[in-house]
Amino acid sequence: MNVGYLYSLLAVIVLGLIAYAGVEAAGLQWLFGILIPYLGLTIFIAGFVYRVMDWAKSAVPFRIPTTCGQQKSLPWFTPNRIDNPATTLGVIVRMFFEILLFRSLFRNTRVEIRGERLSYKWVIWLWLFALMFHYSFLIVVIRHLRFFLEPVPWVITLLEKADGVLQVGLPILYISGVTLLLGATLLLLRRVLIPRINYISLAADYFPLLLIIGIAITGIMMRYFTKVDVLKVKELTMGLATFHPAIPEGGISGLFYVHLFFVSILLAYIPFSKLMHMGGVFLSPTRNLANNNRRIRHINPWNHPVKVHTYEEYEDEFREKMIEAGLPVEKE
Amino acid sequence: MAKIPKPQELFKSIDYSIPKKKWEDVPPDFSEGKYCYPTKRKNLEYLDFPTNKGEWSPTDEDWQLPDNWEEIIHNGFKERLEKYRSLKVFMDICVRCGACADKCHFFIGGGDPKNMPVLRAELLRSVYRKDFTTAGKILGSIAGARKLTPAVIKEWFSYFYQCSECRRCSVFCPYGIDTAEITMMGRELLSLLGLNINWVLEPVANCFRTGNHLGIQPHALKEMIEFFCDDIEELTGVRITPQFNRKGAEVLFITPSGDYFADPGTYTMMGYLMLFEHIGLDYTMSTYASEGGNFGLFTSAEAVKRLNSKMYMEAKRLGVKWILGGECGHMWRVINQYMDTMNGPADFLEVPVSPITGTRFENAASTKMIHITEFTSDLIKHGKLKLDPSRNDKFKVTFHDSCNPSRAMGLLEEPRYVIKNVCNHFYEMPEGTIREQTFCCGSGAGLNTEEIMDLRMRGGLPRANAVRYVHDKYGVNMLACICAIDRAALPPLMQYWVPEVGVTGVHELVANALVMDGEKERTVDLRGEPLKEEEEDTDE
Ligand code: HEM
Ligand code: SF4
Ligand code: SF4
Repeated sequence: MNVGYLYSLLAVIVLGLIAYAGVEAAGLQWLFGILIPYLGLTIFIAGFVYRVMDWAKSAVPFRIPTTCGQQKSLPWFTPNRIDNPATTLGVIVRMFFEILLFRSLFRNTRVEIRGERLSYKWVIWLWLFALMFHYSFLIVVIRHLRFFLEPVPWVITLLEKADGVLQVGLPILYISGVTLLLGATLLLLRRVLIPRINYISLAADYFPLLLIIGIAITGIMMRYFTKVDVLKVKELTMGLATFHPAIPEGGISGLFYVHLFFVSILLAYIPFSKLMHMGGVFLSPTRNLANNNRRIRHINPWNHPVKVHTYEEYEDEFREKMIEAGLPVEKE
Repeated sequence: MAKIPKPQELFKSIDYSIPKKKWEDVPPDFSEGKYCYPTKRKNLEYLDFPTNKGEWSPTDEDWQLPDNWEEIIHNGFKERLEKYRSLKVFMDICVRCGACADKCHFFIGGGDPKNMPVLRAELLRSVYRKDFTTAGKILGSIAGARKLTPAVIKEWFSYFYQCSECRRCSVFCPYGIDTAEITMMGRELLSLLGLNINWVLEPVANCFRTGNHLGIQPHALKEMIEFFCDDIEELTGVRITPQFNRKGAEVLFITPSGDYFADPGTYTMMGYLMLFEHIGLDYTMSTYASEGGNFGLFTSAEAVKRLNSKMYMEAKRLGVKWILGGECGHMWRVINQYMDTMNGPADFLEVPVSPITGTRFENAASTKMIHITEFTSDLIKHGKLKLDPSRNDKFKVTFHDSCNPSRAMGLLEEPRYVIKNVCNHFYEMPEGTIREQTFCCGSGAGLNTEEIMDLRMRGGLPRANAVRYVHDKYGVNMLACICAIDRAALPPLMQYWVPEVGVTGVHELVANALVMDGEKERTVDLRGEPLKEEEEDTDE
């Protein structure tokens, strides 16, 4: 079995220990609380922009959408305007479904051998786990904006209310925190336990999941168990947000710095990794182009001339035979 | 040809279990029957394609790679990353979620993990990481990076010629990653080293010279078609005299050369001829642009363009108004997604208008080329054909969507509309095996060569399995398709897995049902077999 996840697990644990020891033993609050977060964010923004620009620099020579429905041809055939878009509007709707609802993943099937036959089953687990994971992640990120904005915008407060609607525990349990941890764990288990997925997985596939699980666990511990001093945290984060960074008097627990360090690492890691799929999906030529090539000409920026075999060359080779067979020729 | 096991044994041998060794450490299998034969050097030389140092076989230790092969691959890769955003994005964003894994017919029918699209792509991606990404340069194998070695080249050759570029995986990928695109790039890179397969390169060379893949010369082509006309006269009493290379015709008709050459494609060819005669179409065929298909697509973008150029050049020389294309699969990927961009603009042609119905084909306003089932369904819709579908009553028909018309075009309803109007008994195969999710015949993208029969029967199994289903359930005995490769590949596939089922082109069915002016009473179909079978039994 592929045990690549052990490397990644080890890496995440070591990273956590570094931050914890750095703060608790070495007193490097300014490093883990100020410098590294700024660094992480800078790498993320610069790296992200660079990667997207780098993709954008490459040409799109051909319009190659993967068509997943009836084309627009004759009026009495109803076209599938979304899965086989003929217009920009159709493309936008298609991308909307892809990005917000993971449309293609929803089609997932599984092949099975039943006796002497193959059969296929519709399976939605991956779609479900992925959707749960991503939306939880999104909500958690938005909720965290509370730490960087003063006054806290009402939308965020509203989101928090909705997220805590279950009203269990004190402090009130946020659903998104649990589903984030659950979603990431399920995705991880899938990778570790399903032999086929395990076989294709790289260390780089486990690392972000473990890191995010690390972020979620430290976050949950701070909120529900060790009860970190939220006011102090906000003092620190507001300092960062307003570019007047300072480490609050009295100190925040080492666990918080581990949490923050993980987040910084994740941010810095994104541009170098497959997590760039969040940007790349917008640029995928099989999804973001209309299937209207026969109606509107697509221009290839590097369309260079090639050696062709002209009719004249052809006739020169076969003229005798053509005349004999009674085929018309240009030169008798 | 290598011997292949009996169907039951082959089915039993499908093994989805995962090897003990990491995939990087499992070498490709180059035993007889597992690889395509390399191309003859003369084809490369005729086309001015790059060559390697000498004769070679995949079974050799030394593939005679050019001395600077690493540099060639590196530069070729770099060039393609700049030229194709698809390649660059697809190299970067795969999350290895595995959604594509069991969507590939070659994986389903065999179980080799490197036939999972995600691993097929990783073969290239691992080298990409090493050569072009920061993480890969620093972290090496931990980041999934791999050094380019001759063994990697061999692996590429093996697996990029076990992909039929069908794009089924792309339908299921959350980012639309199209492994066909990656295979195409991989084959281009191999081609830079002079590594090609004969079943692809020989047709390319033939087509460049004679205008068609089979290398049929002009006089022979004319004879073949005239021979079909003799058959048609015998069957229907109507004499047809099609014309070639005729200037001033309204329409240029281009179809894959498989239709001139072998059954059952030839019956489809007869079908076109009878249809055109019946409606009095002012058309010509060309001996120079006598190929609809384009094996360049299985070689390189350059080769696609070189071959496809003939269509527009010939249309211009002959002064036709627009082009009508026959039943072919990958041809329609080229026409729909590449032709106008590569070889256009076709400003010397007019927007296709059916001279019979007056319908203007706005969907082809720029390319000026329409598909025969678009054309025929328009004729039927306007009641321009006299049809007697009962002449196809002995057939219980199902329809195989070819990969390219479905996933690179969306030509789904047109052929169904035609079939339903010319046949009384039509049954769909199950959801998930048709339309955009259709399964490949197992022999596309230049893989319909004899020496890899085992792979073809495995790759075709998902399609055959679905045919088996409708055969058992509804008694389906005829598999209709709109692709010349299908018409060559599906008969042996059916013979192997579902021998009770025959294969036909759609226009063969049309011609069976077509009541031509002045025809004599028809008692036999285009194949010369009685229209009604007393005993519904197996054909063999
Ligand atoms: C826009 C459409 C998106 C789709 C269709 C998508 C889909 C997926 C899928 C299928 C996985 C793989 C799960 C697995 O098997 O491990 C994944 C992982 C992940 N995605 Fe997305 N994603 C999208 C956008 C985003 C965005 C905007 C973020 C922003 C944070 C993001 C962050 C992640 C992370 C952190 C992982 C887990 C890491 C991993 O599995 O390696 N994704 N995504
Ligand atoms: S479905 Fe797409 S993202 Fe997932 S493993 Fe396959 S190619 Fe990669
Ligand atoms: S394009 Fe088709 S043959 Fe190639 S990997 Fe994808 S599913 Fe398999």
